Amino acid sequence: MAAISVHDVVKTYGSLRAVDGVSLEVGEGEFVGILGPNGAGKTTTLEIIEGLRRPDSGSVELLGEKVWPRNAGLLPRIGVQLQASSFFERLTAREQIHTFASLYSVPTAAADDWLERVGLVDKVDTRVEDLSGGQAQRLSIACALVHDPDVVFLDEPTAALDPQARRNLWDLLAGLNDSGRTVVLTTHYMDEAEVLCDRVAIMDAGRILQFDTPAALVRGLDSPTRITVAPGQLDVADARGLAGVSDADEAPDGVVLTTREPARVVATLAERDLLDGVRVQTGTLEDVFLSLTGREYRA
Amino acid sequence: MSAGRTSPFVALSRAIVLGFLRDKASVFFAIIFPLMFLVLFGGIFGSQGQSKVDLIQVGDVALVDELSPAARAAFDDTFEVSRLDDLDEAVEEVRKGDADVAIEMRGDVLVAHYTQTDPTKAAITQGALRAFVDGTNVAQSGQPPRFSLSTEQVEDDSLETIQYVTPGLLGWAVAMSAAFGAAATLQGWRQSKLMRRLQLAPVSTRTVVGARVAVTVGIALVQMAIFVGLGAAAFGLTLTGSWWMAIPLVVIGTLCFMSIGLLAGAITTTTEGAVNAANFMVLPMAFLSGSFFPLEGSPRWLQVVSQALPLRHLNDGMLDVMVRGQGPAAALLPMGILAAFAVVVTLVAARLFRWETS
Ligand SMILES: Nc1ncnc2c1ncn2[C@@H]1O[C@H](COP(=O)(O)OP(=O)(O)O)[C@@H](O)[C@H]1O
Ligand SMILES: [Mg+2]
Repeated sequence: MAAISVHDVVKTYGSLRAVDGVSLEVGEGEFVGILGPNGAGKTTTLEIIEGLRRPDSGSVELLGEKVWPRNAGLLPRIGVQLQASSFFERLTAREQIHTFASLYSVPTAAADDWLERVGLVDKVDTRVEDLSGGQAQRLSIACALVHDPDVVFLDEPTAALDPQARRNLWDLLAGLNDSGRTVVLTTHYMDEAEVLCDRVAIMDAGRILQFDTPAALVRGLDSPTRITVAPGQLDVADARGLAGVSDADEAPDGVVLTTREPARVVATLAERDLLDGVRVQTGTLEDVFLSLTGREYRA
Repeated sequence: MSAGRTSPFVALSRAIVLGFLRDKASVFFAIIFPLMFLVLFGGIFGSQGQSKVDLIQVGDVALVDELSPAARAAFDDTFEVSRLDDLDEAVEEVRKGDADVAIEMRGDVLVAHYTQTDPTKAAITQGALRAFVDGTNVAQSGQPPRFSLSTEQVEDDSLETIQYVTPGLLGWAVAMSAAFGAAATLQGWRQSKLMRRLQLAPVSTRTVVGARVAVTVGIALVQMAIFVGLGAAAFGLTLTGSWWMAIPLVVIGTLCFMSIGLLAGAITTTTEGAVNAANFMVLPMAFLSGSFFPLEGSPRWLQVVSQALPLRHLNDGMLDVMVRGQGPAAALLPMGILAAFAVVVTLVAARLFRWETS
């Protein structure tokens, strides 16, 4: 049975089709990402799946049950982190998660375990207003998981974090579906979706353009490979003449060769002893987005 | 509490109480600020209030000495009596302001030497003495008086300042903290999406609203205890018989002003906006409802207009049962009016409320 099954959901605000015919199946234990720029409709889609918003049309089943109207039987089985720090004001981290534990009738000991697991042991007595962005996100995630839900929804859990804090959080997020939990997160970071998710739904303007594993998305792209040779070793004209190279350009970090026969080009570079500092790049999700929408990806 | 488990209601209430106690501005405006007014009115202006009239009795004054016990008690309620034998000395005391009136008997005539320094007191003195003279005439002649004097109830004029200001300021304090609390909670929880988050937790709306109401009512009762306690301990506040009816009054008044706070929260888009809107509704209402000064001396139109304000009814009800000595039933009509306000305003707020603030 699918953990989540969304069928042709539409949500309009005035003339804006915020969600425009979204269908989605997520299996139990899967880690799925919804990737798209701001305003793509990620939050609206997520909130419709959670049962917070009513779609204009279409249907949603979560763990085999209807989510609308408010399905009280389902609530203990889902965990949510909304796209805002939804905290009780002026409580400490421990008071915060203890309150959420009580709302779910969970012993406070379980809450303390989660504080430890997200690495907030030395911040338990800090008020939520005084936590750093990363710490607040960790607490928010812990509050979403305190009752050990079967499905957890995280709306941009790494938004507004610096790159270091973002990467630190990835370790925590990556382990969330270890015990068979289903995880759905939204993000506007390509790299994040690629690293964390089993499958990625690429969303733009209210529609899901493709939904597949990151590798399959890139493979389907049929985009050329880019090989960068360290500066000063090869001039552009020379490079254009190499067998298998379709184009070459000067870039700040060296000469970039474009090819559809990467193996052949790399062999040639090896013969000429130019492999030191070579970088090989196949297509990225960014290229996927570009080919799907005709636009550069801008978060 | 067994096995480290707390009920959702208790957990929510505790979270709200802690949030309140740690917000210095909330505590200040709910407790300290109104208390400053109480101290100001009760302590400083209180000494100019209608306390007893200091009366000096020169020599024997048959009229006073021969009063019946009941009349004597009433006399002692109005006058603080001291005795002097020398008239000049007594008049000098009055002139200096150490006493309000000196009385002596000249034959059958009671002569009162009084001062106009404090016109109100002078009027009370003359009126009261005349009443005692007339009363004594009637008692001695055994004849019904040809003319009778009908008296208007003047209790408010004779209430000491502290008696008057405690219920009014308490009404204002309760109104303010209930309205602010509801407005700030509605806006704050909407802004932070906490309200959405709670919708997705397995607790009913009733539990969430119940916890917020319970905490606000609790705060109002603490305000009441502090006001009455301080008033009685420091400024001589004396409560009359059915003062306990002020408790249900305060509870319903709290609900009523929470609904006004909800309205303020529903029509605004930021927390500051909500608190300002609540303030905008409550502060003028406090002035017009007699929280700061008695309405009895105010223009007729104001007295009429104020009838449309819930705080007027909360204040009136509390004055009646706390200091005017009215029976418990006096609180019922105000309670009904406040409840009706609460229902109507809550319905309006619910209609105007929007989840989205954009
Ligand atoms: N309550 C709302 N009222 C009007 N427009 C909205 C509302 N919520 C979202 N939108 C619009 O719908 C679109 C999708 O929004 P959202 O789902 O928040 O996107 P994302 O989460 O991908 O950034 C945006 O254009 C946004 O402005
Ligand atoms: Mg969003």
